[in-house]
Amino acid sequence: MSSPDQRILELRGVAVALGGRPILRDLDLTVEAGDVVALLGANGSGKSTLVKSITGLLPLSAGSVRLFGQPIREFDQWPRLGYVPQRSTIAQGVPSTVAEVVSAGRLSRRRPFLPARAADRRAVREALETVGLADHAQHQVSTLSGGQQQRVLIARTLAGDPELLVLDEPNAGVDLISQQAIAVTLERSARAGATIVVVLHELGAFAPFIDRAVILREGRIAYDGPPEGAHPHDPHGADAGAHCTEDQVRLAPISGVLGEDL
Amino acid sequence: MLDILFAPFMVKALFAAALTGLASPAVGTYLVQRKLSLMGDGIGHISVTGVALGLLTGTSPTLTAVIVAIIGAVAIEALRASGRASGDVALALIFYGGLAGGLMLVSFAGNGALALQSYLFGSITTLTNEDVWVSGTLAIVVIALCLTLLPQFFSVANDEDYARTTGLSVPVYNVLVSVLAALTVSVAMRTVGLLLVSALLVIPVATAQQFARGFRSTMLAAMVAGLLASVTGVVISAYVDVPPGSTIVLVALAGFALTAPIGVVLGKRRLARVPFEMPSEPEQQRVEEPHRHQHGPGCGHPAVEHGDHVDYIHNGHRHAVHGGHYDEH
Repeated sequence: MSSPDQRILELRGVAVALGGRPILRDLDLTVEAGDVVALLGANGSGKSTLVKSITGLLPLSAGSVRLFGQPIREFDQWPRLGYVPQRSTIAQGVPSTVAEVVSAGRLSRRRPFLPARAADRRAVREALETVGLADHAQHQVSTLSGGQQQRVLIARTLAGDPELLVLDEPNAGVDLISQQAIAVTLERSARAGATIVVVLHELGAFAPFIDRAVILREGRIAYDGPPEGAHPHDPHGADAGAHCTEDQVRLAPISGVLGEDL
Repeated sequence: MLDILFAPFMVKALFAAALTGLASPAVGTYLVQRKLSLMGDGIGHISVTGVALGLLTGTSPTLTAVIVAIIGAVAIEALRASGRASGDVALALIFYGGLAGGLMLVSFAGNGALALQSYLFGSITTLTNEDVWVSGTLAIVVIALCLTLLPQFFSVANDEDYARTTGLSVPVYNVLVSVLAALTVSVAMRTVGLLLVSALLVIPVATAQQFARGFRSTMLAAMVAGLLASVTGVVISAYVDVPPGSTIVLVALAGFALTAPIGVVLGKRRLARVPFEMPSEPEQQRVEEPHRHQHGPGCGHPAVEHGDHVDYIHNGHRHAVHGGHYDEH
């Protein structure tokens, strides 16, 4: 067994209910430093709920979550946590620039009333370079494509320089160029020693650097082990009935961009 | 002819109008981002109860309005955050309770009904020195907090869940914005009146959104628009016999109407200028000439709106119909 200080994330008997309906039941999961874990499972299997529970966004109805050794309710080491939500409201309402949204990722390291320091601005610039959007810094977020907006969300999180990255379906509704950019970015973070928990529909471009797959089914863990042993699309497995996912449907028209003359 | 602008009552009016014009859109930017554009209206209605309490008890109506407005604003935020009522229903509940309560209280105050008028419709030309100091101080506090806490307020208004995971206390910032909105309404009620207060919070922001690309630039442009509208409105009402409050709001609306067409054009040009991403892979084979394929709806090539025409993505290029051939865009 690992020593407790290597445990980045520890869930014991976690249960979560939304509106009285149980979503997660009696779930145990331990993630250690440097692990790169894919969370797989059909729609409604509880992946997003699990991600929101480990980032403290949803209350538990039973069990315990410890992040970096600290119970989630008392957690205050926010600079170490990097959450990338699935869908975001960043392009709604009042206009905002890409740089402004990404700067929000530095707030875990900034004090109120104090202006941004050179280190904050540098981190924002580097995060945008990492996701390939450096030349978009001053563009309005709402003029970017869905895939580019997803990369903005990842850059926002990278700007905070976290040790644990938790991503909720970073590939949902994202074009192929952005999917590749996201995979490259995460692989680089993984090589640099970051711990990654990523919700995915399929391993896809992420397969080369995922070293552990966890499959959820009806709020419980149905598989936890090397990705080679995971068969999310096995009709008897965890993902029965989820063959035609939304992101696959949306991908179709992009094939022209990659040079297939139609 | 210009003398009237330097009369003491006019100097006070212009000073109050300028500060109101700067402070209101600063808070308004956060309210618009959070889809609470009508919050100013709600707080304005609650403030009627506050003003009535002041008139009834003989204390300063501004002071009682500030207190009641803050209580109301926090109540709206609490109702919204607890999920017991959605934002707009929460507003409506407090909205009408405040207005009805105020009218009831004023009816007990005898001739208070007349005094209430100056708060409902504004009375910027009858400000006392004390009024100017109180509202000036409040406006400066509002402006200072809106600008110095911009990164935090922006993050919370832009993506609440994410802001939580960076350790920001979302409820504290939301309540703080509500309190700032309440203070602004109390300041602006003497300038434009409680019935029109929301206009100064929202219209300059709508105007600024036409031009600005960023949140900060929207807020600063909205503050300039608010300042211009407020001062212009007061100056017009000094020469023409029209009420200053409604003049300010109409000038602000005229500013929006004049800039709206420019905003539409700018928005389209901006979309067209976003760099088009190309895969770095080597599939850049040249398009055969002459171009045999007829691009059109449903031709299989992704269509992209590009300014006034449509481009078709073909082998990683953008093809635009031009006469009998295609241009690379």
